Amino acid sequence: MEQTHTYGDTPYHPRWLRRRVSTYWWLWKPAYLRFILREGSCMFVGWFTVYLLLLLAALLEGPLAYELFLAWSATPAVLIVNVVTLGFVVFHAITFFQAAPQAMVVRLGRARVAPQTVLLGHYAGWVVVSAVVAFFLLGA
Amino acid sequence: MAQRIRLQIARYRPEQESEATFDEYEVPYTKEMAVLDGLNFVKDRLDGTLAYRWSCRMGICGSCGMTVNGEPKLTCATFLGDYAPGPLRVEPLRNFPVIRDLIVDIGDFMRKLVRVKPWIVRSAEKPIAGGEYLQTPEQLEEYKPFSMCINCMLCYSACPIYGLDPKFIGPAAIALAQRYNLDNRDEGSADRMEVLSEHEGIWGCTFVGECTKVCPKHVDPAGAIQRYKLTAAIDSMKAFFAPRGA
Amino acid sequence: MTPSYDVVLVGGGGAGLRAAIAIAETNPRLTIAVVSKVYPMRSHTVSAEGGAAGVIAPDDSIDEHIYDTISGGDWLCDQDAVEAFVHEAPQELMRLEHWGCPWSREPDGRVAVRPFGGMKKMRTWFAADKTGFHMLHTLFQTSLKYGGVTRYDEWFVTRLLVDDGRVQGVVAIDLKSGRVEAITAKAVILCTGGCGKVFPFTTNAAIKTGDGMTLAYRAGAPLKDMEFVQYHPTGLPFTGILITEAARAEGGYLINKDGYRYLQDYNLGTPQPHPVFRSMELGPRDRLSQAFVKEMEKGRTIETPYGHVVHLDLRHLGEKKINAKIPFVRELCTKYQNLDPVRDLIPVRPVVHYMMGGIHTDIHGATPLPGLFAAGEAACVSINGANRLGSNSLPELLVFGARAGRAAAEYASQAREVDPRVIAQKTDEHRRLEQELFGRKGRERIATLRDEMQKTMEASAGIYRAAPALRQGVAELQRLQERYADIAIEDHSRTFNTERVSALELSFLLDVAQSMLAAALAREESRGAHQRTDFPKRDDQRFLAHSLVSRNADGSCRVEHRPVTITRWPPGERVYGEAAPHGTAHQAADRPLSSGAGV
Repeated sequence: MEQTHTYGDTPYHPRWLRRRVSTYWWLWKPAYLRFILREGSCMFVGWFTVYLLLLLAALLEGPLAYELFLAWSATPAVLIVNVVTLGFVVFHAITFFQAAPQAMVVRLGRARVAPQTVLLGHYAGWVVVSAVVAFFLLGA
Repeated sequence: MAQRIRLQIARYRPEQESEATFDEYEVPYTKEMAVLDGLNFVKDRLDGTLAYRWSCRMGICGSCGMTVNGEPKLTCATFLGDYAPGPLRVEPLRNFPVIRDLIVDIGDFMRKLVRVKPWIVRSAEKPIAGGEYLQTPEQLEEYKPFSMCINCMLCYSACPIYGLDPKFIGPAAIALAQRYNLDNRDEGSADRMEVLSEHEGIWGCTFVGECTKVCPKHVDPAGAIQRYKLTAAIDSMKAFFAPRGA
Repeated sequence: MTPSYDVVLVGGGGAGLRAAIAIAETNPRLTIAVVSKVYPMRSHTVSAEGGAAGVIAPDDSIDEHIYDTISGGDWLCDQDAVEAFVHEAPQELMRLEHWGCPWSREPDGRVAVRPFGGMKKMRTWFAADKTGFHMLHTLFQTSLKYGGVTRYDEWFVTRLLVDDGRVQGVVAIDLKSGRVEAITAKAVILCTGGCGKVFPFTTNAAIKTGDGMTLAYRAGAPLKDMEFVQYHPTGLPFTGILITEAARAEGGYLINKDGYRYLQDYNLGTPQPHPVFRSMELGPRDRLSQAFVKEMEKGRTIETPYGHVVHLDLRHLGEKKINAKIPFVRELCTKYQNLDPVRDLIPVRPVVHYMMGGIHTDIHGATPLPGLFAAGEAACVSINGANRLGSNSLPELLVFGARAGRAAAEYASQAREVDPRVIAQKTDEHRRLEQELFGRKGRERIATLRDEMQKTMEASAGIYRAAPALRQGVAELQRLQERYADIAIEDHSRTFNTERVSALELSFLLDVAQSMLAAALAREESRGAHQRTDFPKRDDQRFLAHSLVSRNADGSCRVEHRPVTITRWPPGERVYGEAAPHGTAHQAADRPLSSGAGV
């Protein structure tokens, strides 16, 4: 169906002032900076995945390769990179969880579950999964 | 008894200049006075050429959104005294073309709003004599927060994604689409999904979350978009595992 | 090329949008233009808070709503119009429900109703306390789906095109570019709202400058009952922000400086802990505002830098009820007055709120000028008589917006084509605007003249009036008209020249103000919102009649009177409080009416 339209409407008018967004817009507000850091954190999440794959490859190749991998991991450069990565991955996880209650509306019967409860549920899930992993790693 | 505060107001006179400049004025204020009252003082007594929009002065018409000290604000609901001793910077909303002084062009939003079909879509209409569509208070509460949008454009102004990519449909329009999707009287969510699942629709949002923070009516557009993404993802999963006809 | 339509609507608020939809539904082939000086969703309908009356409850009846409206209007309403209004209001509100309006609900999902001032039964539909906001946005968003509607957003209409006694379009300024254009049409509907800005202290938005009233008046259509100005009894001092009547309907008290519910001294009943229909705080607006003045004269009000106030006490309602039923009241108090009604008393004073008068129309919205229609607050049908009841104006927009739309559609379907010669008038108007607004370097500031006009109106046509002050006001307005000719405009830009708009609005306001004083001076009686201290009694012998103000060629006013239409309800006493037929509002109000969750 044809819809209402506006007379003389133009998306571009030569006289209007179009301000370009500054390259450094993400420095305007702490919230913007946090956002950019979160976006950047995906690089580190990616690195963690690559690191894990390398570890698996070394394990499959045999004990020697695994020893070499461990030695390489203990070098200061790799250690620093991994510590920074851990920070970013935790940051990523926390901000991701913070978003969860806004994205998920959970209902029990007629009542809406409070956002904080949804958030707590996520953290609880995280702790449980970590505990299971830790059990296998340390217990074995 | 009145104290005074300096206002630095952005000016842009397209017939005279090609860049924005700042003019400075000093205005008296009392504790009840809002930034908008300061602008009215300038216009009425100091400089009649200052151009800005305003109307209801009670935070419901959505006309008087501006950037106050870098933050998008409804100027009628922002006390001058909170910025004492000043100076206070008043600029037009960011991310929109400026027509004149503090007035921006919101035609882009108006066009996008129509695209998301912000009205009740039904395959069959009930006659008026048939009475109301039943809607429990819980069902009302489901979409009510998203219906509170006053189209003041503060969220578009706060959204860096919209600033970088003006094709992005944007927070308010998506929240209003969600307002109708969640209304139990509506059957149009599939129609709207076509528009919103485009690249510039919900997937354009990378969840900065500033739209929700600056919203003067607590609409939570960021939440609306995240919920929409979840729905869209579940829909496409369903379509993948249980293709049409299954 | 001059754009041409079947119907041009001036104003994109509740009445204008409802009319646009009515035209599109009556005849989808008709072309429609909505010309508004603001984007439609900025229109002042947005500010209405309390609700919209329509008979729906099983214990209510059409006749009771009619009677409440007529007695509330002090028998100045045209009863055929009220009957049509009350019959159609529920259907219109239901139509809005079908369009998606988020009406507050009963637990079983039906639409909820609340009590309201001057109403004997619960019949006020509400969307929490932002009813006007939700109605306007529902209408606006719904209007977007109709083809054939062209919007002229931020175009300011400066005059009507009239040729051969027929209205055939408008001349308007496109604010963005400053271009002056004619927009021709077979029919024009004025839906521009009221003119609260003639007064200094008003709930009305900045845009309420009586544009449509003056456009019609200058084109030769009479204005009706312009002396009837409604003061709302509870506005916040300084800002004039309205605290909705719903605050009292939910159980709020009005108290003076001694904490005394003073309304009991003014024939409005005896105080009960819970609200009682048509009694005390739920009396009609005119009587409550008049009681405030008397109380002030007795020295029992509170003095503040922004004038005398009394207090609205909501504390006993508790946080939960306030949040559920009147959240906007709390939001307005905290954001604009820096206080919290859960803990604090709210300072309030009467504030100019609504014009009962307006462009004279019949019950189809037609004015005496062929091709010209009007609806909403800009029009006077009249269903509001000498005092409008709260929650009657929102359904009025819908009922008479739709009626005017249908009537204009029918007229336009049969009318002759627009006479191309009428476009020549655009050139005259363009020249006038250039001379009046750009050509001269005057000395008078717009704001100064506006302030003086507002002070003049408050002094001469406030809650109480008398001949000497009215005459003085008439003379002062004449002087202000002369000074207007020497107005200074600093802004010479074409792009969004808001100073030029202010000047044109001031000129509209001055004409409207003159018509109000002329009508007030001619009505030598007291009725509803028009209280003359020199004629304190209602005089049905001489004044059971509408005032019609027409404009003479020299700009002066001519006042005539024409009889009120009486169908079944002969004039009687207006009685509120104990003597009035009533029930207790609280029995019903405390039912799980909307149960808190749904508002």
